[in-house]
Amino acid sequence: MRKFHPAQAGFFLPSNNALPAAATDERAPHPEQLHIAGLTGVDLGLEIAGPGNRSYAFIEDWLIRVLVALAWFSLALFLIRAEGVHAKLVYLGGLPALAIYLLYHPVLEVLTHGRTPGMRHAGVRLVTRSGGTPGVTALLIRNVFRLIDMLPSLYLLGLVCCFLTRERVRIGDLAAGTLLVVDAPGRLPSSALAAVAHGALTPAAAELIEDLLERWGSLDAQYRVTLARTVLARMQQPLGDLHGSAEQQSRQLRERLRGLLAQRAAG
Amino acid sequence: MMGPAVSAQAWVRSRIGTWNEWLAQSSTRPAAAAQDLTLEQARHMVEQHRALARDLATARRLLPKSRTTAALEALYLRSHVQIDRAPRVTRAALLHLAREEIPAVMASLLPTILWIVALLLASVGAGWWLITRYPELISLIASPSMIDQVEHGHLWTSDLFNIVPSSMLSLRILSNNITVTLMMFCSGIFLGLGVAYFSALNGLMLGALLAFTHQHGLAGALLTFATAHGPVELSTMCIAGAAGIKLGESVLRPTLPSRRESFESCARRLGPVLGSCALLLIGCGIIEGFVSPDPRVPLAVRLAIGIGWWALMLAFFSGRLFAWTTVRLQAPAQ
Repeated sequence: MRKFHPAQAGFFLPSNNALPAAATDERAPHPEQLHIAGLTGVDLGLEIAGPGNRSYAFIEDWLIRVLVALAWFSLALFLIRAEGVHAKLVYLGGLPALAIYLLYHPVLEVLTHGRTPGMRHAGVRLVTRSGGTPGVTALLIRNVFRLIDMLPSLYLLGLVCCFLTRERVRIGDLAAGTLLVVDAPGRLPSSALAAVAHGALTPAAAELIEDLLERWGSLDAQYRVTLARTVLARMQQPLGDLHGSAEQQSRQLRERLRGLLAQRAAG
Repeated sequence: MMGPAVSAQAWVRSRIGTWNEWLAQSSTRPAAAAQDLTLEQARHMVEQHRALARDLATARRLLPKSRTTAALEALYLRSHVQIDRAPRVTRAALLHLAREEIPAVMASLLPTILWIVALLLASVGAGWWLITRYPELISLIASPSMIDQVEHGHLWTSDLFNIVPSSMLSLRILSNNITVTLMMFCSGIFLGLGVAYFSALNGLMLGALLAFTHQHGLAGALLTFATAHGPVELSTMCIAGAAGIKLGESVLRPTLPSRRESFESCARRLGPVLGSCALLLIGCGIIEGFVSPDPRVPLAVRLAIGIGWWALMLAFFSGRLFAWTTVRLQAPAQ
């Protein structure tokens, strides 16, 4: 089946109507990556967050703002009723709640430099096309265009735009020059590097052990035992004295891997 | 000859201490604090970024597709984000915006504004004619309670003052006005057709209501009500409409290599004008909540407020409002 290229949607084609020539070139940047020309000549590729990540972040933020607005409104209503205040003052409860609901995104995006609690939890962040932090103007423009993106309802237009654009952006992002990218955690494999630094392990072996230990909980029990046995055998570690149930053996193997890494890291 | 694994080991051994130090620094230094750095600290940050770039390039060669390289990439990106950020908005930058940039954008918008005014006036005329010729069509524009009030000789605005507190009324009006104005601007993305629709609809409604109140001898009261806030409210609507048309034009006739770039550049250029319109509409909302529905405010005061606010708007958009303001330049902090 012929794959549909987002740029063929037509609306945001380059003005000379040329389709990207490098679409099949292996050296070309990955289509789902934002290529950033580094300030030093060393370039970077950032993974672009797709409609799924984007929707997840939005729903999280939506839940937070609805809960906070409802909490404020309920509290205000309770206080007004308890004090027997005039019904006109119900506005005092309603308007701030509405303000919380409507201003949540513009205010929080500006204050958190493009990382609202929902985005943080979804592991995404807003960046400019050069990979930098968006300024206040860009963030406000992005939020003004929510008026269009939310048409006809449930952000349908924004979502369709996300599917059709190469960089998975809604109209607000197109206007502001922003993108949502996956936020890489960036943790150095310290024990593995220490083991490498002492010359006790090769970089590949050290990283393999640390990777296996980190993913231990998410791996299938049978596979992780096989993997651990293979790694330990390659490292010429004795395996004969494993005892107890399968679960206990798995725990022992994990401890042996940890011990091996710690021992090699200590030199 | 040294093998790649041995050279990688030697290199990692020589760099691991520095990387851990950088990681500790990047996790303790919040992104926002970068603006408060001294010149020396900023220089150090740039040097560190260069060193990080060198290490990343080496890691990509010696340890390709490894977790170490991924971590260095993340660290490099974090450092890139801290360096590549928008400059702080200073008083001088704001003055430049108000004196130079906004007036320049407004000058480029002027012909389009005149077209929008013409469209609005034509729609007002059409609305007036429609209701004069077919009075029963008012039910398409006004609510049954509004029609009932006018038929009994009362303007729907006369009770506003007693029903809702002025502050709440102001908030409601200004949020509604700002939304309508922003919507008018944003609808420009639909190749300008959205702006034409909103302008024509608003003009039609205005003309129809004027004709309807005129038929019941209340047109004067309606104009009196709108005198204080109306001029700026209608003007900002026309400005937002013209900005929306420009936005549509940027997609239809791009001035930059791609339509996306042209659209982005246009939205960014027009953003401050829209922001100014929103600020002016906050003023309009306050006037409409406190002054316009108050029957004790005489027409002369309403006229003075309306003309004064409008003149202020003109002075602002022409750059004359801050023409004589001076700004003291500060030496960079050492």
